[in-house]
Amino acid sequence: MEDERPLIHTDPEFAVAETDVHVIEGSGTVIGTSLWKDAWRRLLKNKLAVFGLIVVITITVVSLIGPLIIKAATGYTYDFIPNNVVLIKSMPPLTGPEGSFSWAHPMGTDNSGRDLLARVLLGGRISLMVGIISTMVSLIIGISYGAVAGYLGGRIDNLMMRLVDVLYSLPYIILVIVLLAMFRSKTPVGQLVLLFIALGSVSWLTMARIVRGQVLSLKNQEFVLAARATGVSTTRIIFRHLVPNTLGPVIVYATLTIPSVMLTEAFLSFLGFGVQPPLASWGSLAADGIQNIGIFPWQLIFPGVTMALTLFSLNFLGDGLRDALDPQMRKA
Amino acid sequence: MSKSKGKLLEVRDLCTYFETEDGTVKAVDGISFALERGETLGIVGESGSGKSVSNLSVIRLIPTPPGEIVSGEIIFKGQDILLLTEDEVRKIRGRRIAMIFQDPMTSLNPFMKISSQLMEITQLHLGYDKSRAYNHAIKMLETVGIPDAAERVDSYPHEFSGGMRQRVMIAMALSCEPELLIADEPTTALDVTIQAQILELIKKLKQDTGTSVILITHDLGVVAGMTDHVVVMYAGKVFEQAPTRELFAAPGNPYTKGLLRSVPDPTDEQGKLYQIPGLPPDVAHLGPGCPFAPRCARVEEICRKEFPPFVQLNANHFSLCHFAGDVFDESRKESDSTIETEQ
Amino acid sequence: MLRFIIRRLLVTIPMILVVITLTWGLIRLAPGNFYSGEKKIPKAVEKNIREKYGLNKPWYVQYGRTMGHIVRLDFGDSLKYQGQSVNTIIARSLPVSAIVGILAYVLALIVGITVGSIAALKQNSKWDYASMALAMLGISIPNFVLGPLLVLLFSLALYWLPPSRWSGFPSRSVVLPVLTLSAIYMAYIARLTRAGMLEVLRSDYIRTARAKGLRERDVVIRHALRGGIMPVVSFTGPALAFLLTGTVVVERIFALPGLGNYFIQASLNRDEPLILGIVAFIAMTLLIMNLLVDIAYAFLDPRIRY
Repeated sequence: MEDERPLIHTDPEFAVAETDVHVIEGSGTVIGTSLWKDAWRRLLKNKLAVFGLIVVITITVVSLIGPLIIKAATGYTYDFIPNNVVLIKSMPPLTGPEGSFSWAHPMGTDNSGRDLLARVLLGGRISLMVGIISTMVSLIIGISYGAVAGYLGGRIDNLMMRLVDVLYSLPYIILVIVLLAMFRSKTPVGQLVLLFIALGSVSWLTMARIVRGQVLSLKNQEFVLAARATGVSTTRIIFRHLVPNTLGPVIVYATLTIPSVMLTEAFLSFLGFGVQPPLASWGSLAADGIQNIGIFPWQLIFPGVTMALTLFSLNFLGDGLRDALDPQMRKA
Repeated sequence: MSKSKGKLLEVRDLCTYFETEDGTVKAVDGISFALERGETLGIVGESGSGKSVSNLSVIRLIPTPPGEIVSGEIIFKGQDILLLTEDEVRKIRGRRIAMIFQDPMTSLNPFMKISSQLMEITQLHLGYDKSRAYNHAIKMLETVGIPDAAERVDSYPHEFSGGMRQRVMIAMALSCEPELLIADEPTTALDVTIQAQILELIKKLKQDTGTSVILITHDLGVVAGMTDHVVVMYAGKVFEQAPTRELFAAPGNPYTKGLLRSVPDPTDEQGKLYQIPGLPPDVAHLGPGCPFAPRCARVEEICRKEFPPFVQLNANHFSLCHFAGDVFDESRKESDSTIETEQ
Repeated sequence: MLRFIIRRLLVTIPMILVVITLTWGLIRLAPGNFYSGEKKIPKAVEKNIREKYGLNKPWYVQYGRTMGHIVRLDFGDSLKYQGQSVNTIIARSLPVSAIVGILAYVLALIVGITVGSIAALKQNSKWDYASMALAMLGISIPNFVLGPLLVLLFSLALYWLPPSRWSGFPSRSVVLPVLTLSAIYMAYIARLTRAGMLEVLRSDYIRTARAKGLRERDVVIRHALRGGIMPVVSFTGPALAFLLTGTVVVERIFALPGLGNYFIQASLNRDEPLILGIVAFIAMTLLIMNLLVDIAYAFLDPRIRY
């Protein structure tokens, strides 16, 4: 069955093979630019995408080293509950226990007196990690499946894509919820691994479709025939011509999958099926925060806004990548 | 209808530019041409020469964020189209000046029935009611030679073949009996056998209705049989214009000569295919001299430095070249000698 | 077309059964059971419970029995909510979820298509940038953040709308859940419409329409819209799956007695009949909706004929 509804509109004609071009006297040099340099240049021109990239990198770096700095400076960690009973309550941002101004907790504390900033940063680590690793899982499954189907073609391809169609119309999320509800891992780390697999297995379907579509259409493109006609070896064709042209939509889709997976993880954790205490992700922090939304709104607002900001930036980045790699879709 | 004198359309110094990331593309840079009533004018050029853009400018269909008609005059029946309001131009489009495009597969709305697409023109411009428009649509389909028009009028575009679709486009264009038909490469996307049919159709319709025609193409073969005058465009400029016969017999421009040589000659015993060397220029970054200089067979220093003059060779024959006169004389000698050898 | 529909319906039934089987398998494979929580119960009591629910029979007998009932649409009684049949529970909670879900999607369609079309027509204008930025925000804010924020704003601060409470359909308690659920879809649909319209507006047949002298209004509505909303139609299929999960979260936040909430509870309680019943129902709804989407395709695009 044909890919009638591509998720990402990439025209195969856009594919470029690296060739030598002869310089014509006087009319200016014509240089063959590599696909990637071109795309990178276009990406950098897109201010929103650059903004997204910077924010994402910033948040990632801060999530990684922030907790270490905080621990060194103040001794707070995400699960540090103070001994002094007076401090075991939820304090607003930048306030001390008496209500006076204090730098101690820039984001306030939760009901047990734990520093919210440290928790949000941990949430960042976990959420980003889940997002990236789950996406990689789905990438690996999806690319292999799609490439094999596209390359082999014929009846095998037919069968494989039929399976994808069937799986596509199943209520995956429902099964995932049941799975996670039934199988609670004993350790938080085990739960994470479970999440990686569960979330990865949700998004590979579309990736497989995309890769298979690309491989199919590229197999018979003129530039492949041309390369073959000029004696380029098969391996070179596959690696320097076909694969780079599949990577474009793959990268775009991966960048857009990460926020989608993060959202799924967040809502699973929100419902209680995802990340388990003492670990926290932005989703579980939000779930905690909602309970006291009326009195201590910062408990929800900080993790919520941080998550929204990260997703926002990832989405801009993904959009920018798509525009950079697929110039026919450009706004102008 | 008799051939009445008086220019139907006169384009003067038209400049249409596009703003792109690579700079300003001067797609059309100061071209002028004219069309008499009842005539067929051919506009010839490679892709990127500006032939389509200049005609889209005539009916002001240039997408305005990147493009803009910067200057010039387009006089249609005494009125400058560029000075009209959007509403007034819309009244001309489809009614007095009609345009058909290259690819009939994508130029017809795949989601609408042919009947609807035909009817909306007459309903809008001529105020026909539904049934009159419907019958008119059937009649138009018959005129362009679609069999079983009454049954097929309610079909969708994908149910027609390529040649049929182009006939439908022509039917649409001629629905309101326009005075000018602009055909932008009407046969390029069609099979060779169908090409001839479509061109014949255009010719016949032109004779029957007296519509003037502008025929845009890159194929000189098409121009030879169909047109009264020819304008050759390159890099957004007019390089040569002449009555058709004279252009073929005695071209006054190296570019035109190159084009003529490129037309494959089945009688050529050597069987070599000639092609003008090089690629069409980057219109965003043109040098000071003649745009054709990098590819010209008889290029000299002055060509690269100075922009060539628009030389008048004859009553209606002009050429943009430093050596227009020489080229013209050579061509005449060549054609004379060919006539001699043929005799 | 009719044959296509029948063929699809015939395929649907086995698929639902597969889903039910998978779910059943997951429930049975999982460690633990529904009747004992953390505490241990006396062996005698446990033996009685197992006999009562037929859990002492071999697994294939249990499977056969369960499936046998299910194909007759008998899902049995809930294990947790004593005395209530699964069908009753579903019938009671379905309208809540359905109302919120349908209203949310219809709202998303109306707002999204309108905003997206205008953005496409006024490309690169302030309106375009503003609405697309807003749309981006809509995609990035999780509904469990948006919901409480809306509650904070409209209920607790402004007293305009009630917080979590469900008073049936034509009441103000519907507003916040529908808005929360709808937001992300409004955003997606606006973006998709804009992209679809931009592409259509660039196509040759729109140029032809303009060359015919049609008013811009007619060009957009008569010619462009039909093709421009295709991406939105494509999106409806997967969107419905996500709508389900969104409903679950929204029902949790606003404490709505809907299908989603019951599903979560059932999963946590390991209430097998209720789980199976809801899963079967959801699977059926999804598959039928996907079929409807495909039929809609055929109506919109005359080139598609099954």
